[in-house]
Order: sequence, then structure tokens, then C-alpha cells
Amino acid sequence: MRQLDLLAQNHQCRQSPLRRAWGLACFVFLSFFATNLSLFGQEKNPYAGDAKIAKLGEYQFRLNCAFCHGLGARGGGRGPDLTKAQKRHGNSDAEIFHNIHDGIAGTAMPAATNGGIGVGMSDEEIWQVVTYIRSVEVKAPAQPVGNGARGKELFYGAAGCATCHMIQGKGGRFGPDLSTAGASRSTEYLVESLRNPSKRLAQGIFEAMKEFPQEYESVSVVTADGTKYAGVVLNEDQFTLQMLDTREQLHLFEKDKLRSLEKRRESAMPAYDQKTLNDKDLQDLIAYLQTAGAQ
Amino acid sequence: MKCELSPFLRLSFRAKRGICFSLAVQLSVLLAYAACSVPGSRAQVTPQRLLDSAKEPQNWLMYSGDYAGRRYSTLDQINTSNAAALVPKWAYQTMGTGKYESTSLVVDGVLYGTGSDDRAFALDAHSGRPIWQYQRSLPPDIRPCCGRVNRGFAILGDKVFLGTLDAHVIALDTKTGNVVWDVNTVGGSDYNKGYSITLAPLVIKNLVLIGVSGGEYGIRGFIDAYDAATGARKWRFYTIPGPGEPGHDTWEGDSWKIGGAPAWITGTYDPATNTTFWTTGNPSPSNRGEGRAGDNLYSNCLLALDPDTGKLKWHFQFTKHDEHDYDATQVPVIVDDGNRHLIVQANRNGFFYVIERTNGKLLSATPYGRVTWSDSKDADGVPEERKEASPTLQGVPVCPGAIGATNWMSPTYDPQTKLFYVTAREQCDIFSTAPQPYEAGHAFYGSAYFPNDDAQPFWGAVRAIDPATSQIKWELKHLSPSWSGVLSTAGGLVFTGDAEGNFMALDAASGKILWHFQCGASIYASPMTYAIDGKQYVAIAAGTALFAFALP
Repeated sequence: MRQLDLLAQNHQCRQSPLRRAWGLACFVFLSFFATNLSLFGQEKNPYAGDAKIAKLGEYQFRLNCAFCHGLGARGGGRGPDLTKAQKRHGNSDAEIFHNIHDGIAGTAMPAATNGGIGVGMSDEEIWQVVTYIRSVEVKAPAQPVGNGARGKELFYGAAGCATCHMIQGKGGRFGPDLSTAGASRSTEYLVESLRNPSKRLAQGIFEAMKEFPQEYESVSVVTADGTKYAGVVLNEDQFTLQMLDTREQLHLFEKDKLRSLEKRRESAMPAYDQKTLNDKDLQDLIAYLQTAGAQ
Repeated sequence: MKCELSPFLRLSFRAKRGICFSLAVQLSVLLAYAACSVPGSRAQVTPQRLLDSAKEPQNWLMYSGDYAGRRYSTLDQINTSNAAALVPKWAYQTMGTGKYESTSLVVDGVLYGTGSDDRAFALDAHSGRPIWQYQRSLPPDIRPCCGRVNRGFAILGDKVFLGTLDAHVIALDTKTGNVVWDVNTVGGSDYNKGYSITLAPLVIKNLVLIGVSGGEYGIRGFIDAYDAATGARKWRFYTIPGPGEPGHDTWEGDSWKIGGAPAWITGTYDPATNTTFWTTGNPSPSNRGEGRAGDNLYSNCLLALDPDTGKLKWHFQFTKHDEHDYDATQVPVIVDDGNRHLIVQANRNGFFYVIERTNGKLLSATPYGRVTWSDSKDADGVPEERKEASPTLQGVPVCPGAIGATNWMSPTYDPQTKLFYVTAREQCDIFSTAPQPYEAGHAFYGSAYFPNDDAQPFWGAVRAIDPATSQIKWELKHLSPSWSGVLSTAGGLVFTGDAEGNFMALDAASGKILWHFQCGASIYASPMTYAIDGKQYVAIAAGTALFAFALP
């Protein structure tokens, strides 16, 4: 309930001019406002470190951001984990503000202004969100728990990851490119992806204006002449299928010309249990993903 | 009928109908000749033509095609036997960005369309070539909740009418696109408190009816009527009753002042009883009932209004004290089934409602998708909220989700098959609540919602519902939920689109896909159809472009 009280207090001060003048917290807020009229849309967060503003930001985050980035900013199906100190598209306040305000080209991240995200956010609200994100950031340990160098050996060697996955241009293309996975996904998410890859399928292509991205579903088809192909779905609509087979060959089909088509909501990736990949190997692999992602 | 049109056009009207023949007789004869020889002069849309829209199926005279809201056309040149041969005839690039939700009008060969950011245009409906273009200069601080969208024009006389994102209603000259009048529905810059207009207006007699959007901002909703000739406001119906009015006591304290109840989808009209039917959206804040105890009238309602005065005849509330954003803003379709005079609506809350049109009495409410928010009905058969479905701080999964079992996209009623077709969505959400103060112009949800962590992805369907039994006759499954509306035609066809960008013709009897075209972007609009020189076209907005299809 503490959270509720804090919110209520702040709300009162923002709602009623009389109370606003009297509340100490609001006095701080107001003086900041008065001395820095051009505070919005610029370089520095006018609210940096303000716990009450961070609470307001949390509310805005729930409204506008959590749909993709998850409650607590820990990453959702679509959006990266924002509690990581190292962010792929910029770490400064100004960069984060810009990314929310204008969106990120080439990604599913839309612009916050006027209907792009949720109901749209004002500059003031965007700074509140920046303040909130700062408040939940987890300072990365100086050294990852695992051994990244050994993880790299595993990735390209015994663990067989590179058969299907690519990092910075090196590896297979059957599965998702993992160059940025270590930077954008929480450790829990990475562990789950290795131990139980079918629990949550990786997301693939994201089309303009489409609500939901395509997922890496498994697919088996039999063509009219009886040839069988198994692989993953790159994209699909009511009438056509674009898939990669296990030999990384691209196939483009019209569904009504196929003899059969079977899709499964299962990852083509094998589950790496303790026997295949013990906890130490797992930590080393994740350390490699995290160091690679930071580059 | 009064001659409320411009003098020039009045003359041609007089010459054709021989009425109002009182002044300037000699001149009028001469000028009437000139008027009749000008192409498009026939494009004078009179109130009578709107009433008789069924007599001119080559034209699409209003948002839903007719006053009944059926989105049905008697054109049958394109039919089940030849639909497979449809080809694109033209595309018009609006250069707009974001969702393109508009339904165009076509009158005597000219197409009048709108697009995002309050742009508008007139095209040669045969070639897609523009005749004029218009775009409103919008202030930077508008607050459209859900995209900078517009859903289309209404037309009367020599004017088309547009509701704008800064909550104005404007009339444009059909010949030039010039602004004839411009009225501010909220005054000053109060649009920045969250008022906007996105719907296509509805013209009844000489009045332009509009409703306001803004249920995400704690507005006080209203439906207005403006004189088509001058823009003078004739009446306003506040969708939240003020002090002393019936229904005011369904709000706690001052919550009525910021209670939402917008009216953001075009209404319908029954000339037989001179009643216009409008639907309203969620109470604000949408997902938190605390602080607004009561039924919250007239949020999530069907309203029967007198179009001349704006007086309320009766109301029916679909979702009382809503906490799941279940706006009732789906076109209330007028259906006559034998002696039954009905309004049917597939509501966002997942129930298909059949309501007596004369008095608002509920005849049935039947789920047409997965519903978990309600598991009981009151004495009148109205579904009631399950207590456990009320949003909590931690969040509770509820079906349908916040987007609803359907949304604003138009359904259609086909009098040949006697079926009602609707785009349905199967998605449940986790509804969580959080206290939030009202602050003018700021989002006022009182909560957040998240996709349910289901193993299965969300999906959608076109469903054919028989209003006589409320049973689903067939369904065509969409891979992912669609935002496309549905059109039915006498050719035995149903047209719709999907989120993957396909525009499709279906057999109205079975749902079988007969034809499709990949438009290249998700479809967020409802199709319409028209004809020129005996050739039928079907048009749909997708991405940033308007497409028209016909037989080769």
C-alpha cells in the first residue's frame, strides 16, 4: 500500500493548486519547473533520482510500455529487458528519451507521441518513464558469473549452438540471430530459452501495422509430388508459407498446392537439460551471449 | 422539403422536381439548363436520396451504406460465380501514416475519401485519379487516443462533412474541397483535454450528427447535431446526465464530470419511427471502477434519440459499471425479421444482443466468442459482471481482452442469407488496476492490461451469426486477429480483410474463400462497393492506400 500512498500524495499535489504550493515534494518539483522552463525534450532528465517521479513513471510504464517490455521492465515477449544497465540503443538519458519519443527505426519500437504508443505520452511523462527505468536498472556485475571465453567455445563447438544460430555474422541461420539476445534479454529468459525452448517461441518477422509478430513455429509439409520438408516458419498468411528447411534452404509455398501442411507450436531447438548442458556450461554460454551483445 | 441548397443548385433541383417554383422563373429556366449540363450536378445529395439509398446501389451515400447500418449492397455483378476473376483496377496513395480506417463515399462517379491526420480527397472513382485534395492543419497538442485516424465523410447537398482530431466539424465543398464552414465542438483549445472526432458523421434531414472520442482522457461525452447549411449547433446530448437529470445518480460524487462515455462510431436511423440509434463507449477510467460506483449511465449504451431534438427516447446499457474497456461502439444494425423490429449488435464484451427497436427491451444476449467476465444474467436477461473478473493490482485474466471480442470495425447484415457477419477476436488479457488521478489531457485508464500468457497465440475469425437463433452458422478463421470490417452483397459474397494484408471475397453461405489479393499491409477498415457505367467496384483501405477491384 505504500506505493498507493505515494501516488495519492503526488496526485493531490498535481491536482489542487493550493495543496501543490504546500507540499514539500511539490515545492521541489515546482522550483525545478520554474528554473528550467525548457526542461522537456532535451539532454538532461529534470527528475533524475526523484523517487516520487519514478513512481509516476512506473504508472506511465504500465500503461504504455509494459505491454511489450513486461511488468517491472523485465522484458516481455516482444520488448527487451530494460533493467539492464547496458542498453543496445543508447544509455544516456537523452538517448532513452529520444528512443521513447521518436521510436527506434528498424525495430518494433514505435514513437510515443500522439497515439504511437498506448494513448501517447507528453514529454513530461516520457521523462517520468526515463526516471522509472533508471530506478529499476540492475547494475551489471563487473564480471559475468560465467566464463565468456569458454562459452564462446561451447557456442561454436560442443554445445552445437552455431549449427542454427548466428552471432555477428558467424553461425547458422535456421534459428534466430542471437547477436543482441544477451543485451536485450534477462538472464531468466535466456535460461528458459535453453532449458525449455518450446515454452515461449522466439519471435520472428514483424510486419508494418501488424499487431503480432510471426513466431518460430515448426512446420512439416508434403508437396504435390510427395517431397517432404521439415523446418521453421519464417512467415505465413492465409494462403502462403515462407519456410526454411533444416538444411537452411528457403521454400516458398502456396498452401492450396501442398498435399499436407502441419504446424506445431514447438521449437525446433532441442531442450538443453542438465545432462546436455550442466549449470556451469549454461552460465558460460550466457556470459558469452552477454559479452557478445554488449559489443 | 425546403430548398436549403445553394441558389445555383437549388435551380437545378427546382427544374427537376418542379417544386419551390416561386422566384426568378425566367432566370431559373436558363440556369437550370446550364446546371443540368454540368457533370456532377446530379451529385446533389438530398435528404430524400439518403432515405432512398437502396434505389441507387451504384452509390455509397453514407458510412454504413444505408441508414440501417447493414453495409449491404444489392449490386450483384460480382458474384459467387465470377469473384475469382477480380482484379485490382487502381490504387490511390494517401501519403498518410498509421492506421487507415476510413470508408469512402461514392456519389455519381466521384469518390470522397478521408485518411489519417484529417486528410481528405475526391477521386474519379473510375480511375482513382484525384480531383481535389485537402488536409487540415492540426495543432501539435491534439490527444487522439488510438492513432491519428478518421473513418470517413458524410454528404448532403454540395458539402461533405468531416469530424477532426481537434474536435471540429467542418464542411467541405464537394466541387473544390474548400472549407465552407468550420465549427469547434468544444470551444477554445479544449481539444487538448482529450476531445477528438474520428467517426464519419451521419446526416439526417438537414442535420449533421457527430459523436466525440476521448474515453481514455476522462472527457464528458456528447452527441451533437449541426445545421448542414451553416454549421450552427442544433442540439447536444450529453452521454453523461448532469445534476437533476435522470441517470445522474448512477455516478459517484463528481465522477460524472470526467466519466468518459464517448460516442465514436457512426449511428443508424429508422425513418419509420424517426429515431436515431447511437452507441457509447467506456466510462473513465476504463479499467478501474473505484471512485465511480454505480451503473455509470449512459456509458456502454445503445441510445434511441429523436434526431430533430436530441431527446432521449430510451436506452439500453450493455455493460454496467464497466471495468474492462468494453465500449459498445459497434454499429447498431437495424434488422427486420418478420414482425420483429430489431437492433442487433455483436458487442465488444463478447455477447450478441438482440434488442426490440421500439422500446429497447432485450430479447436475447448470447456469447459469440469466449466470455469469462460474466457468468450470470439479471432479471431482464442482461449479462452481469462476475465479481472475480474485477481488475486487481496483481492482475486477473479475463476474456474477452481489452480490445474485445470485436471492436469498431463494421459488421454486415445480408437480407438474402438473413445472416449477420462480424469480425471476431479470440484474445484474453490480464487486467490490472492502479490508482490514478484525473489530470486534464492525460491518459486516464486507471489500469493497465497485458496479453494473457496463453500457450496459444491470439487469433480471429469472421463469424456468420443467425439473428433468429443467435447461433453461429460458420466461421472463417484468421491466422491472427483482424481489424477489418465486413461487407455483404447480393452477389452472395462477403468481403473482408486480414492482419496479414489479404483482402478476400467469401461465399456468404459457407465462408469459403473465393478470391484474395495481398494489399501489403494489415487492413484496418471496412469495405464498400459502388458502380460506374454498369461496372461494379469493391474498395478497401490498406496500409496508406485505397484499392479498388472489379472484374476484368
